[in-house]
Amino acid sequence: MRSFWTIFSQAFWTKAKSKSFIITTLIAVAGFFLMANLPSIISSVQESGVFGGDGEQTLYISDGGSELAVQLQRQLSAAEADFTAEETGQPAAELDALLEQGEIDAYIELTPGSPLTARYVSETAGISGMASAVESAVQTLQTARAAESLGLTQSEAAALFMPAQFEREAISDSSRSEEELSEARGLVYILIFLLYFAIIYYSNMIAMEVATEKSSRVMEILISSVSPVKHMFAKIAGIGTLGIIQMLIFGAAAYVALESSSSDLSGGFFSVFGFSSVRISTILFAVLFFLLGYFLYAMLAALLGSIVSRIEDVQQLMLPMMLLIILSSFIAFSGLTVPEAGFVTVTSYIPFFTPLVMFLRVGMLDIPVWEPLLSIAVMLLTIALLGWFGARVYRGGVLMYGSSQSLKDIRKAIQLGNKN
Amino acid sequence: MTLEVREATKKFGSFTAVDSVSLTVREGQMYGFLGANGAGKTTTFRMILGLLDPTEGVIRWRGNPVTYKTSPEIGYLPEERGLYPKMKAADQLVYLAQLRGMKKADAKREAAAWMERFEVSHYAQKKVEELSKGNQQKIQLIASLLHRPSLLILDEPFSGLDPVNVEMLKSAIMDFQREGATIIFSSHRMEHVEELCDEMSMLHRGEIILDGRIRDIKRSFGQQNVRIRSDFPLASLQETPGVEAFTPTKEGAVFRISDESAAQRLLSKAMQLGPIRSFAIEEPSLQEIFIEKVGRHHA
Repeated sequence: MRSFWTIFSQAFWTKAKSKSFIITTLIAVAGFFLMANLPSIISSVQESGVFGGDGEQTLYISDGGSELAVQLQRQLSAAEADFTAEETGQPAAELDALLEQGEIDAYIELTPGSPLTARYVSETAGISGMASAVESAVQTLQTARAAESLGLTQSEAAALFMPAQFEREAISDSSRSEEELSEARGLVYILIFLLYFAIIYYSNMIAMEVATEKSSRVMEILISSVSPVKHMFAKIAGIGTLGIIQMLIFGAAAYVALESSSSDLSGGFFSVFGFSSVRISTILFAVLFFLLGYFLYAMLAALLGSIVSRIEDVQQLMLPMMLLIILSSFIAFSGLTVPEAGFVTVTSYIPFFTPLVMFLRVGMLDIPVWEPLLSIAVMLLTIALLGWFGARVYRGGVLMYGSSQSLKDIRKAIQLGNKN
Repeated sequence: MTLEVREATKKFGSFTAVDSVSLTVREGQMYGFLGANGAGKTTTFRMILGLLDPTEGVIRWRGNPVTYKTSPEIGYLPEERGLYPKMKAADQLVYLAQLRGMKKADAKREAAAWMERFEVSHYAQKKVEELSKGNQQKIQLIASLLHRPSLLILDEPFSGLDPVNVEMLKSAIMDFQREGATIIFSSHRMEHVEELCDEMSMLHRGEIILDGRIRDIKRSFGQQNVRIRSDFPLASLQETPGVEAFTPTKEGAVFRISDESAAQRLLSKAMQLGPIRSFAIEEPSLQEIFIEKVGRHHA
């Protein structure tokens, strides 16, 4: 048992003290603080006017001497447009010149008639907030003019355009209201991404570690000292602990960043992510599914790492495993909008997909507790089976050196490690 | 209280890497294991270490199979050098000794002492990949014996070393044996085995073709060499009965003879020809025996 802890702490500390680990962790923590303070940073940048020149955009309105310019100005100011609109009598050619010089940002030519005609000219045809604001103001102007010509009063006109009351409700027990769903979605989205990333990152680390030990031939000394199986499990546990600690650092950093930031979490920018209504069970399930997913994939990674002779071959052999993780992330991300779809429910019980997909269901739906428990049981069983199988391959694989690097080598590795 | 390998065979599929090899190494003995590349030395060692299970046969160390329970008693230097390239030399030694059941503090102290002895103390805090091949080999040897194993298995310990370092490692290994360790080591360099071992086995294509005490092997080989140095030509002596081969040298000649009586005849004949400056009966080197045996085996 002592050698288990020796390998465990060696695996843990060499990685924890490595430059790449410290730097990644610091960058991520800095990222959290940046994210949390993004709204105030953006607004202070906007106020300082670094990106907007003088800040204010200008629109010229040419109406050929009618009342339309004044009406449009009134409409724009009622809509709280964030640019200045000025009436002008200059002809189009001069306005084009002004546009090119950058004196104005856009101009519009209005021609009275039924319907109203407008020509909006700006320097680029890109999507601009100004164009759509102007368009809807012109539309309102047209509506008002049409109502007037029909002899409708203002309230009659308003009644004509009143929106209907539309509410959505779901009667299934596991369903949450649309509002709750969109609140949960942001957090679940981020956590699925984090899970996906962490599982790939750490199981890759395992495969690289094993392949490095094998290619540097130190493996032969290691497995003549302790059993390959113990070595494999101690290594997986050591790196897994590192993963948990990194996640804890991230969690703590995110919490501190959000608490200390001047941003209001319940509104504006953060309402998109639904941080105001974080459910503690969602976080706990995320940790649990990270652990399970990590152990499952790390076992597979150790097995694959043990049959390559050169580090360069690791990625190639890891490809099928990567595809499994990527596929499960596809299912999970597409399930964000339809968490109750059949394919989501079914795949959430397939062990290689469970960590992401079942987490999605737990996070998005109120499913009975036996469902995640069942999937966890299936996963534990798979991990045990894979551990048993992986240990057999590992035992022979680490002694096997050769040029051919394919999954067929798994069979050779088992034969080599066999008792007979 | 010995290492005993009885009729051990290892097959990989249809290929027989080791074919019913038997050997006995007494406790405290230095045992040589000779063979060309691919003869089956490493596979035999891996079976002794328990890394591979023999297809047939039995291997016992002090009456029991080698398992991970006996791991602290055994030290191993693999043929392909194996150390963590990115780990500091001292840390590496301590880690590997801990895996063999040594306490960390003891391992640190012992590692420092050994590095002192091998004159590599100043590399203790350097990464192994920054060390020269010879110095890496010293670290590798320290790693195999730091935990004071009672059975030390060295697979080609001197390959790739300069003569000064070979001597340094040799004397360390001999000291270690004097302290009571049983050592089995392989080499394709016959002179190392001749110099260090009392007993040996010669392995060829998975089979033992020769084994026993080196002195007995040489005696029973029958052939001996007679080296004569003189100032007059010796070519006429090759007609002497019992002389099998004649090789002129700068200062005289070497005669291969089939038995010792031929040596006496050579001596009296040579003295009749004129004054001789030296006359010596030389035992055949293992090199010659090996070439002779392997050649005959696969003629």
